[in-house]
Amino acid sequence: MSTQAETIVLPARFRWRRVSLRLGDFPLIPTLILVGVALVAIFANVLAPHNPEIGSLAARFRPPFWQTGGNTRYLLGTDQLGRDVLSRLIFGARVSMVVGFTAVIFAGVIGTTLGIVSGYLGGWVDQVIMRLTDTWLALPALTFAIFLAAIVGPSMWNIVIILGITYWTRYARVIRGEVLSLKEREFVRLAVVAGCSKWTIMWRHILPNVINSAIVLGSLMLGVVIITEATLSFLGVGVPPPQPAWGLMLSDGKQGLMVGRWWLTVFPGCCIMLMVLSANLIGDWLRVKFDPQLRQL
Amino acid sequence: MKQYISRRVGYSLLSLFLLSLTIFFFVRVTGDPAALLVEPGASQADIDAIHHQFGLDRPLWVQYAIFMSSLLHGDLGQSFYYRMPVMGLYLSRLPNSLILAVVAMGLSLLIGIPSGILAAVRVGRFWDSVGKVFALLGLSLPSFWVGLVLILVFSVYLGWLPSSGAGTPLHLIMPAFALGWYFAAAHMRLTRSSMLDVLGSEYVKLARIKGLPQSLVIAKHAFKNALIPVLTLAGINLVIMVNVAVVVETVFAWPGIGRLLYEGIAFRDFPVVQGVVIMGGAMIVTVNLLIDILYAVIDPRIRLER
Repeated sequence: MSTQAETIVLPARFRWRRVSLRLGDFPLIPTLILVGVALVAIFANVLAPHNPEIGSLAARFRPPFWQTGGNTRYLLGTDQLGRDVLSRLIFGARVSMVVGFTAVIFAGVIGTTLGIVSGYLGGWVDQVIMRLTDTWLALPALTFAIFLAAIVGPSMWNIVIILGITYWTRYARVIRGEVLSLKEREFVRLAVVAGCSKWTIMWRHILPNVINSAIVLGSLMLGVVIITEATLSFLGVGVPPPQPAWGLMLSDGKQGLMVGRWWLTVFPGCCIMLMVLSANLIGDWLRVKFDPQLRQL
Repeated sequence: MKQYISRRVGYSLLSLFLLSLTIFFFVRVTGDPAALLVEPGASQADIDAIHHQFGLDRPLWVQYAIFMSSLLHGDLGQSFYYRMPVMGLYLSRLPNSLILAVVAMGLSLLIGIPSGILAAVRVGRFWDSVGKVFALLGLSLPSFWVGLVLILVFSVYLGWLPSSGAGTPLHLIMPAFALGWYFAAAHMRLTRSSMLDVLGSEYVKLARIKGLPQSLVIAKHAFKNALIPVLTLAGINLVIMVNVAVVVETVFAWPGIGRLLYEGIAFRDFPVVQGVVIMGGAMIVTVNLLIDILYAVIDPRIRLER
């Protein structure tokens, strides 16, 4: 869909010229953001100034500290239950990170396995798996995820599983395509001649050759998965309250919007945006860098 | 041609069959479907009655046969909340969703195609970079958040536009933009790369060698050919839009299918949720089939390949 050099980070071209000389077009800022969010998620207990799930009703709807009525005790204000927004954002990073990465890995494992099996074995196995993939692609992904979430009930790990079984198709398609060409290569034929079993070939010879593509795809999927998680939480079928997920915070903040309680909406949204933007930029860079074949995606 | 179409139709029917099987399977594997089908707070006797009424005490394949036959009769069950057939509800909301989707699509094409062409003609220059940032933001911002921020700016602070509901064209502006931005970004990227492909082709070079001015080369020779993939994508995206609009419709209280789905979740109205998924899948399969056939009619190479 897009062509080369999709990775341009505008500020990077102007401000970081000296750095970028050495790093090439490495997306430094997005990486820093993502690493930063990861660190925040890991050390949430230490960093958060308040308990994210318990508020004081006396301190409801405090605006951020620079507005009148706000104070530095609650830097980014408080929500309808008097919970500290900053603390909830910090713990929300943990939810986004955990759900995002595990769901991408889970989808990757399903998709890559099916892709390899389908591509290598061929025949009716291939037919069955590809028909299944096509059907899955025809499902409206978001609606299907909502449907699943409505059946199994909200919980963080349910969301991971749901996202995994919603988004494996792209891996399966791409990996199968690669396996089709890999299995005609000399090293695979030699392995067959040497008497390796099909499973050994798939596991030891094919898998290491497609893992790069899987990782690139995974990085591109990360943004999609994070947005979907936020959407599910926003609609009330994702991470259940009172857990602090960004999507859930947006859903709570929606009520206060009309009376101008902007901080409940703007901050969680900015967090989602920064994270997805970073993931997309890194994904694009990886795609161009490691896998020219994926440039057409 | 006949063979090609029959094969495509066969695949589509297979997809629909697998789709129904998937939905049937997931509902039953994750617990007692009766618990989803009764209203909250129902007694054990009610649950038993539901078991019997829907044949849940019969073998699985019989259950599937019942499920399928009611589907084929256009029966998606009864909504608890509205006390009316899900199919009727769905069809009554569909026009609203289509209006929103068509306007959002128009907006996304109006933004996406010209900016994509501009980016391709000025590749690597200022407008190309602006377009890239626009596309990147569109692909990275959750549409419901865009909607919320729009409400904050245009309804709360400026007071220019109504924040929710439907009725006047003014009500459409913000939801259409919130929904359309993502697709504008996708259309822009595709227009750009498609335009770049066409601009590098032999016949465009020939047109240039003939000495045609740049504007004529782009408008007459390159533009039309570059548009084909974009319009195909737009066709598929229109259906996808109807199905992903759930969050935007929720934010703006737009009375479409997405809002119906949201209400289905909020009121634990399971038949509605299931119905919306089934209809969405059926719509996508049908449109894919139509596009495949249309392609085959236009391009003989496609119908000959296996």
